Amino acid sequence: MTAAPETTLSRTPLYDCHVAAAAKLVPFAGWEMPVQYAGVKEEHLAVRSEAGVFDVSHMGEIETSGPDATAFLQRLVSNDVEQVPVGGAQYALLLRRDGGILDDLFSYRLEPSRWLTVTNAANHAKDLAWFQRQAEEFDGDVTVTDRADDFAMLAVQGPLAREIVGAISGGPLPVRFAVAERRVSGSDALICGTGYTGEDGVELLLAPADAPRVWDELVRRGATPAGLVARDTLRLEVCFHLYGNDLSEERGPIEAGLGWACKEDTGFIGADAVRAVREAGPAQRLVAFTLESGIARQGNPIEGGGEVTSGTMSPSLGVGIGMGYVSADRAAEGTTLEIDVRGRTRTATVRAKPLYRRPDRTETHG
Amino acid sequence: MADASYPPELLYHPEHDWVRIDSADPGVAVFGITWFAQDALGEVVFFDPPEVGTTVTKDEPYAEVESVKAVSDVIAPLSGEILEVNAALADAPEAINDDPYGEGWLVKVKLSDEGETAALLDQPSYTASLA
Repeated sequence: MTAAPETTLSRTPLYDCHVAAAAKLVPFAGWEMPVQYAGVKEEHLAVRSEAGVFDVSHMGEIETSGPDATAFLQRLVSNDVEQVPVGGAQYALLLRRDGGILDDLFSYRLEPSRWLTVTNAANHAKDLAWFQRQAEEFDGDVTVTDRADDFAMLAVQGPLAREIVGAISGGPLPVRFAVAERRVSGSDALICGTGYTGEDGVELLLAPADAPRVWDELVRRGATPAGLVARDTLRLEVCFHLYGNDLSEERGPIEAGLGWACKEDTGFIGADAVRAVREAGPAQRLVAFTLESGIARQGNPIEGGGEVTSGTMSPSLGVGIGMGYVSADRAAEGTTLEIDVRGRTRTATVRAKPLYRRPDRTETHG
Repeated sequence: MADASYPPELLYHPEHDWVRIDSADPGVAVFGITWFAQDALGEVVFFDPPEVGTTVTKDEPYAEVESVKAVSDVIAPLSGEILEVNAALADAPEAINDDPYGEGWLVKVKLSDEGETAALLDQPSYTASLA
C-alpha cells in the first residue's frame, strides 16, 4: 500500500487559541503543535506549583467494542484488562510477538464491553492497523473503530488542576486512573484521572468544536498554557517513558522497567517473549541519572554499552537529568556512568526513579 | 525576555557575538552573544565555558551554549587568552537571555592581536546584516 506523501500538517481544533497565546508552533508527528508559550521554565514550574493546560489533541483514540471486546483487548495489550472496572483506566503496552514495543497506551473502560484506547500520535496509524489486523484474526465478535477525529484532548495538570476543572464540571471528578462522563463548561466531556507530568490532574476528551471554549475557560480560571517542551521536561523528571525515545520496537518491557504492566498469564501477544526475558534477566536496563554538569541528549553513547534515550535540564532540580539503557550490571542506584556528550566525557550517577517527587509526597513515600 | 537591542558602543561579529573593548585597556575585551543569538536559541539552560588560561582563536568555537532546543557553539570574535569566565552563569544561565549585554556576558579575554578588531562590524553594519 502506498500513501501519498504528506505535505500538509494537521492542526488541532485549538490552533487559533495557540496563535492568540503567542505559541511557538512546530511540526510534531505530522501535527502543527505548540512547543512553548511564555517560556518552558515558567510553564514547567506553573504545572509544579499551580496548574497548566496542554493541548494533546494530536494523540489518537481507538474504540474497541462488541460482545468480545474485553477478551480481544486482553489478547492485544500487556496488562490484565479484566481487572479494570467500568469507569477505570489502565496503562499497558502493545507488543509484537517477539516482545518489541509497538506503543504504550492507556485504555479506558467506558462500558463492560466498550473501551477507548489512547495512542501516541506518531504511532496511531500503525496501532490502528495492528488492532484491525488482529481483529480479523480474532475468534470472536469485536469491532475496532478509529475515533481519532472525534476528540480533542486537553491535559489539565498541577496541584490546582482539579480545583479549576471541578469548578466548571457538573459532578465530582474521577479519582486517579478512573474515567467519567461529565458536562464541562456546558460541553459533554470524558474526564480521565490521568496525566503525564507527575502532578495530580485530569485529561479531558471533548468534541473538537467544544475544545476552544473549554480551553479559554480553563485559562481564564488560572491554568497556564503549557507546550510540548514543558510536557517533556515534566515527564522526564518523574521518569515517565516517551515512545520514540525510551521505548521502541527494538526494546522490550522488562529492560524498559515496565514489567509491572505485563501480566504474562493473560496470554497477550508477546507474553512468551516477555516471560523469557523476565526469567533470564535483560541484558540492558533503562536507568535514570543526574549529571555533575552539563546536559546529555538522546543518542549520546554511554561508556560500557548503551545510550541516552532522553536528556534535558531539569527546571525543578536545576541539573541535567536523563534516562538511558546501560548493561544490567551497571544499573544499580549510585553507579557512576561516563557519557560521551559530543566528544566530551560527562559524569553521571544512576538515581532512583522518579528523579523528582512532589514535596507533599516526600515524607510518606520518600 | 528583553526587547531587541544592539548597543552602539559594542563591536559585532557576524556569528552573533559582541565585543566590549575595556575602556582602560584596549588589549582586554569582554565577549558575549547578541540579542539575536539568544532569541534564536531560546531559553538558555547551560553555558559550558572554556577554562581560564586557554587560548581562543578568532572565528573558531570556544564555548557551548545549550538551550531547551539546541546546542550551539559560540564563535570567538577575536583571538586571545581567557582571563575570566562569568561564573554566575553556572547557576543562572538565563542571564544570557535576560541581559545579554550585561549580566549575560560570557568571558573576558586578553587579546593577542588588537588589529583583529578592524574586521568586526559596528552596530549599524551588524543590524543591517540581520535585516
